[in-house]
Amino acid sequence: MPPDETSPIVVENPWERLRAFTDARIGLGRAGVSLPTRKLLEFQLAHAQAQDAVHCLLDVDGLACELQEAFELAQAPQRLHSQAQDRAMYLQRPDYGRRLNEASREQLQTAAPSTPRVDLAVVLVDGLSALAVQQNAKPFLKALYRQLEQDSNAWEMAPLTIVEQGRVAIGDEVGALLNADAVLVMIGERPGLSSPDSLGLYMTWAPAPGLKDDRRNCISNVRPAGLAMEEAARRLLLLLKEARERQLSGVKLKDRSEDNVLESTGSTRNFLVAD
Amino acid sequence: MAQTYHSTVGSRHYHFKSLAALMAKATPSRSGDRLAGVIAESAEERVVAQMVLAELPLTTFLNEALIPYEDDEITRLIIDDHDIKAFAPIKHLTVGDFRNWLLSDHATPEVLQSVRAGITPEMAAAVSKLMRNQDLILVGKKCQVVTAFRNTIGLPGRLSTRLQPNHPTDDVTGIAASILDGLLYGSGDAVIGINPATDNVAQSVKLMRLMDEVIQKYQIPTQSCVLTHVTNTLEAIEQGAPVDLVFQSIGGTEATNRSFGFDLATLAEAEAAAQSLARGTVGNNVMYFETGQGSALSADAHHGLDQQTCEARAYAVARKFNPLLVNTVVGFIGPEYLFDGKEITRAGLEDHFCGKLLGVPMGCDVCYTNHAQADQNDMDNLLTLLGVAGCNFLMGIPGSDDIMLNYQTTSFHDALYARRALGLKAAPEFERWLEEMQIFQDVSTHRLNDQLPAAFAESLRHLHKEPRHAT
Repeated sequence: MPPDETSPIVVENPWERLRAFTDARIGLGRAGVSLPTRKLLEFQLAHAQAQDAVHCLLDVDGLACELQEAFELAQAPQRLHSQAQDRAMYLQRPDYGRRLNEASREQLQTAAPSTPRVDLAVVLVDGLSALAVQQNAKPFLKALYRQLEQDSNAWEMAPLTIVEQGRVAIGDEVGALLNADAVLVMIGERPGLSSPDSLGLYMTWAPAPGLKDDRRNCISNVRPAGLAMEEAARRLLLLLKEARERQLSGVKLKDRSEDNVLESTGSTRNFLVAD
Repeated sequence: MAQTYHSTVGSRHYHFKSLAALMAKATPSRSGDRLAGVIAESAEERVVAQMVLAELPLTTFLNEALIPYEDDEITRLIIDDHDIKAFAPIKHLTVGDFRNWLLSDHATPEVLQSVRAGITPEMAAAVSKLMRNQDLILVGKKCQVVTAFRNTIGLPGRLSTRLQPNHPTDDVTGIAASILDGLLYGSGDAVIGINPATDNVAQSVKLMRLMDEVIQKYQIPTQSCVLTHVTNTLEAIEQGAPVDLVFQSIGGTEATNRSFGFDLATLAEAEAAAQSLARGTVGNNVMYFETGQGSALSADAHHGLDQQTCEARAYAVARKFNPLLVNTVVGFIGPEYLFDGKEITRAGLEDHFCGKLLGVPMGCDVCYTNHAQADQNDMDNLLTLLGVAGCNFLMGIPGSDDIMLNYQTTSFHDALYARRALGLKAAPEFERWLEEMQIFQDVSTHRLNDQLPAAFAESLRHLHKEPRHAT
C-alpha cells in the first residue's frame, strides 16, 4: 500500500536533536530507506576532502621552528626520513615506512656515542595525516611537558625528532638509536570523514627495531574535538610510570587510567535508560 | 622433503619451488602478495599455477604442511582436528575436481555440512583460487552456518547487522544516540558491538553495562560486545561484568596471534568463562572474531604464504571455538594489502566462501579507508554480492562514517537497501521485536514507521534533563 499523497517524500527523523551529542551521522532522514540527496552529497564532499588530506605534506621546517621557539629548545628538532621516498611508495610499502633511510640512521648514529642514556624519546611522525601533527603536536607536547615536570620522577628527555613518510614502528628504531628507555611516537592517524586531524600516541618500553604491536600501548584520537590534550597526557604519563616501574610495555601493561569509573555508579547514565 | 612443481606452456617452463609458492602464484592479483614478494610475476604464470594447482589431489594438503607442524599451533590444530570420516566423500578429488563437485548438484547444503570437518583451510583456499566470483557466491550460498545466542543468525533468507555505535571518546550519551538511531533503522540483530576508544578493563566494563541496560530495558533479542582484547574481557568476567560475547582479532598463524597477544589456550579459557555465565537464551555461541587478509603479513608472521591462505587458516582458529559471529574486515587494513575496489571485492567474496565452506558463521565488514582507491560505489557492489551469497551479517553504522576508527563501512540505510533489493529479513526473534516495538509499519515490505515509536518517544523526553558529558 503506497503512502498517502500528502506524506513527504523525504522523511525526517524526529531524533535529529541527538546530533548535539555526537559527530556520528545520525538522524539523516530517508527517501524510502535510502539517503536523501543532500546527505548523500555532504558525504561525498567529506570523502573527497579526506582523500585530499592523505596526500598533503608535512611542513617540517615550519613545525621544527615552531617547536624550537615554543619550548625554547637549544637545538632544532632533528629531521629524519623513512625509506619510503614519496607518498605513493609510502602507501604501498609499509615496510619502508617502518625503517629510517641510511642518511637518517647515520645522522643519529653519529650523535649516538655522545648521547647518554635517557628516559624518553619523543618522535613526531607524519603518518597518514600530516595535518594532525602540524596542528596538534605543539599543544599536546605542552601538556605532556607540564605533567612530566610535575611528576615525582625526573624524566631525562632525548632531543625531539620529526620523521617524514613514517609509520608507527619507525619510532622503535629512533628510540633505540637515541639510547632511550622508552619511546613515544606521535603520529597522524588515517583521516576519517569527520576527523582529518587525529593524532595517535604509541609508547614502547625498551624500543628496538623489529618489535611487534603487542609491545606497544596506544592512545588514539587526540585532537581538539576528540580526546583532550591534558587528558591524553595524563593517561600517557600513567602508562609511562607503570612501564618504568615494571620495565615493560604493551599487552602486559594494561591502561588503568580509568579504573576509577568502576566506583561511579552513574557513569552509564543516558537518556535511553534514564528512569 | 618439500616437493616442487613444474609446468611447461609453449616454450616456457615454469617452476614453483614449494606448495606455498604454488598457492601464492595461483592467487588473483592483490597488493599484499606483491608486498610480500610472493605474487605471480606475469598473468600467464598465475594461470599456469592455477592449472598445476587444479591437478593436485586434495590429500596433498594433509601430507604437506604449509607451515611446519612443529613450528605452529594452528597447523597442529588443522591436522589434529581433521576428520577423516567427513573427508571420505571428497578424498579422491583433485583441487580442480573439488571445484566441479562444489558446484554440482551432489553438493547440497546438507552434504556440504557433512563434509565440513574434512575440509582444511588450505583446501578451501586452494579451490577458491580457481573459482570465479560467481562460483564463490553460488557455493557460498549453499553453505549455511546457523548460530544462536539471544537470537538465531545465518538462517536462509536472513541478513543480520552489527550495530556499531562507536564514539571517539566513548561518551555514553553519544553512544546511546547512535544505538537509538540504529535500532530505529532496524539494525543490531547480529550484535550491538562497540570498539572502545580507550582500550582498558574499566572502560570496557562501563560500556558492557551501558549496552546491557539498554538491551534489558527494551527487551531486545540481541547481544552486546565490547571489542577489547580477550584478556581484558576475561578480567571483566572476573569482575562480574555483564559479558555476552568475547571478542578477539585472530590470524592464521601462531606468530600472528602471538603478536596480538594471545594463543589458542587463551581463547579456550575465554570461551569457557563466557559460557559459564549462561547469558544466552536460544543458544550459547559466545565468541566474536574478526579477521582480514593481510594481518599475518602486517605482523611479519606469514611464513611466505599468500595472504588469502593465511586468512583461511584463521577460520580454523575460529571454528574451534564455536563463534556466534566471524567478521572479515575486508577493506580496513589499507591499500598496501588490498589496493582498490576490485581487490577488496574479490577478497570479500573469497573470505565469505572459505569461511562458510569451513563452517564458520561469516559476516563481512564491507569497508574502505580514505587512503584506498575505493568509494561508496565499490561498497554497494560488494554489499549486494554478499547479500546474494547469503552472508550472515554486515556492519551498520550511522551514515557509513565510523567517527572513532576513521573508515567507512555499511550504513543502517545500506542494510535496508540490501534487505529490500534482495528480499532478505532480520533474524526472526529480532524481526518480531521490530514489529512489536512499531519500528516498522510493515516489516515484510521493509516499510519503516514515519512516527517515533512510543517507547523511544518516552526516552527522548528525558533528554532535556540530560547533562552534556565531557568524556
